[in-house]
Amino acid sequence: MTDSTQETPSSSKTALILLGCPKIPIQTSLVLYLAHRLKQTNIHTTIAGTPAARQLIRVADPAGHYIEELMDLDACIDELAEEKRKPDSTFVYIHNDAGISYAATVQALCATRLYVLIFGENASQLEELIEFPCTIIADSSMHNPMKLKKKLENEAPWDV
Amino acid sequence: MGCLESLPYEIVMSRVSFSEARDALSRYKEKYDVQPGYQIFEIRLIGVPPVRIAVDGDAILFPFTKPCHGTFLIKVPNADEEIEKLRKMKK
Repeated sequence: MTDSTQETPSSSKTALILLGCPKIPIQTSLVLYLAHRLKQTNIHTTIAGTPAARQLIRVADPAGHYIEELMDLDACIDELAEEKRKPDSTFVYIHNDAGISYAATVQALCATRLYVLIFGENASQLEELIEFPCTIIADSSMHNPMKLKKKLENEAPWDV
Repeated sequence: MGCLESLPYEIVMSRVSFSEARDALSRYKEKYDVQPGYQIFEIRLIGVPPVRIAVDGDAILFPFTKPCHGTFLIKVPNADEEIEKLRKMKK
């Protein structure tokens, strides 16, 4: 696990997981699960988030079994804007209006296969705000990750 | 990315949705639409296109989105260089 940008083999696929506020409990669990599934298929995954979101991930996976690279959210946006980072797939975790703004920004900045995972009590209202091309995986769950995990499994983005 | 705290900014609206901030910016006579990621004072703007920026005298107003707290409508005075950049871009 590293905290900075690292070179990846040009032949391997890359993914980016973008995290905002970690207020909703299922976020960290579903990030580790997705990172695990991506790693199983040899997709190099970077997780970018706020300091609190990153610390939750780091503490939950201290030996780096599931996470490969962690980085600051603003630094990640800079790298996308400057085309220093071009993930094949990007997963934006959303439970508030700001999350929609971050997903739209990623969509505008780079040609990536964009997935948005929407959760929390406002999931259906947030889903209606999405007017840009992406795959939506949504459920109103806050504490129990199983419904969203099942929807993620049905979508199987690691197989694309 | 630049830091808002280094600027003499004023908060016009706080903890609103991005669209509420855009609607408020639309009411200004001089306004510009830019893409997400546009840099103003070295701050990259985050938002759903179009990202609206307004000019009020020598001040510039723009949306500033924080992951945990939503969007703030920020006003920065004495922004001649940034205003000039926008006006040139529109020509």
